[in-house]
Amino acid sequence: MNQNPNMLTVNQLHCLHTSEFQLKNITFQVQTGSCVGIIGPNGSGKTTLLRAITRFLPKESGTILFHNQLIESYHRQVLSQEIAIVLQTNSLDQAITVEEFVLLGRVPYRHPWQFWESEQDILIAETAMTFTQIEHLRHRPVNTLSGGEKQLVRIARALAQSPKLLLLDEPTNHLDIAHQLQILNLLKRLKCEKKMTILVVLHDLNLASEFCDQLILMQNGEIYQKGTAKQVLTYQNIEAVYKTLVVEGENPISKKPHVFLVSKRFDKREKQ
Amino acid sequence: MMPKYIKWSLSLSVLLAILFLVCLISLSIGTMTIPINKLIQILTNQSNSTPYTILMDIRLPRILVGISVGGALSISGVILQALFRNPLVEPYTLGISGGAALGVSLNIVLSLYEYYVLSLPFFGMIGAGCVIIIISSLNISGLVQNVQRLLLIGVMVSYVCNSLFMLIISLSKSEEMHSIMFWTMGSLEEPNQLLIYCLLIVSIMGCLVTFRYSVDLNVLSFGEEDAYHLGVNVQKVRNILLMIASILTGFCVSVAGIIGFVGLVVPHFVRLVLGNDHRIITGASFITGAIFLILCDLLARTVMSPLELPVGIVTGLLGGLIFIYALVYK
Repeated sequence: MNQNPNMLTVNQLHCLHTSEFQLKNITFQVQTGSCVGIIGPNGSGKTTLLRAITRFLPKESGTILFHNQLIESYHRQVLSQEIAIVLQTNSLDQAITVEEFVLLGRVPYRHPWQFWESEQDILIAETAMTFTQIEHLRHRPVNTLSGGEKQLVRIARALAQSPKLLLLDEPTNHLDIAHQLQILNLLKRLKCEKKMTILVVLHDLNLASEFCDQLILMQNGEIYQKGTAKQVLTYQNIEAVYKTLVVEGENPISKKPHVFLVSKRFDKREKQ
Repeated sequence: MMPKYIKWSLSLSVLLAILFLVCLISLSIGTMTIPINKLIQILTNQSNSTPYTILMDIRLPRILVGISVGGALSISGVILQALFRNPLVEPYTLGISGGAALGVSLNIVLSLYEYYVLSLPFFGMIGAGCVIIIISSLNISGLVQNVQRLLLIGVMVSYVCNSLFMLIISLSKSEEMHSIMFWTMGSLEEPNQLLIYCLLIVSIMGCLVTFRYSVDLNVLSFGEEDAYHLGVNVQKVRNILLMIASILTGFCVSVAGIIGFVGLVVPHFVRLVLGNDHRIITGASFITGAIFLILCDLLARTVMSPLELPVGIVTGLLGGLIFIYALVYK
């Protein structure tokens, strides 16, 4: 039995992305089976952090432990079986069908000389498509799908990797509220039904508050604050990081913290 | 799931049947027409009759060169299109053929091929490899973000190679000039048997190795970062495949001269019919490329008979028009 309840432990991570931008002194833990949200302004290093975890960006110093083992000790292919990432950069511009695209999620499991999918691969891809409710799209080319459908297809492929840890980079970007909810409810189901550990970058603070157990607030490549939504989403924190005026409240149904934006002309606090 | 594999094997069988048929037609048609039903009879008798000599010494080698060059150029096109994530790149449009031609012409001027005939393809590969290294390093460093810029750089590389090529010609002796000009127009005629068999082996090997990496190509066509996250060793696969593309292009150019647009038209057509899965595109493109080039050669040989046109003119005309169509409507 795993003694450490943390699936991912990041300790003192430094990572140089470009000469101007770097991640500095990043330390946090992700508990097995939890959903952790990363929030912060544009350019604060959220996506860079995800890429550093998958070793796509090499780190300068610090340690990343995955299942209590240094992440460098994993073979590239094994790591792809354990960690899946859903990125915005994949534009899905090729004319292959949804089914074929989801089956690509089985690539980390194939032998070097295996060219055809096994029965098991097909079964797992099938399950992933059922779970994300995209079976009806299976014969559609991915480049003809709408934004929301594309996002579901990306997630389905990540599920076909059967990962223990799922990383998502702004999965609700450019989606209407119904699709945003659909995606986040899907993540919730993944967490509850499949006991998957999720690390998700979100822009919408209120969605992050609703759906994540823990939040990490980032600023200029550093962690500004981490903890529960109540600890992180205070107006002081948000004003300091986003340089924007907000009012704290709570969602009347879920009782989770809710952040209201304040337009400049209603701001009376400064005058008081 | 299964119907996909059935469809694939069916299409490969149909393509092989068409290739066989096209080969028979190409064997039979020419300045001296030999009826198809007599082909087998002539070939099995092995007499030293004129038809036998024509078939064995002229038409069959030509068909073998056609199969190898058509297949190899198509495979190069498939590789480059997947790695550069761009349906309009191929050895010719990226200036890789130009680089190979430069290498080969250097070899001819230095008369190295007289000592060792296989130095000819070797120089071609070096020339092609240099251009691929230049273009892919520009592509990796993010300098070539969009399709148009990449193609423009290809055209410019072609110009530079072409100018250097002209420089070499203008500095060379007149008999060398003749052999260079004759070779550069693109023809499937090749008197050297060793070169033909080497070319055939290299192009089939190239096809097999590309097929070995077909699943990686499927993933890579969605971008290198995506492939990385699916456990593909991007650097290794990329280097191996680019090396194969330069070997194939260099070899083809050294034997058959510059034959443009085969690598563009064939994979484009195959994708249209069979979809975007490289497990089928690789093999199907090889066979279709062979069929396409043999047909073009047949056209080049017969359309103004007894005058023979260089096959590069036919593929250039057909391919160029399809290229403009693709650029405008895609």
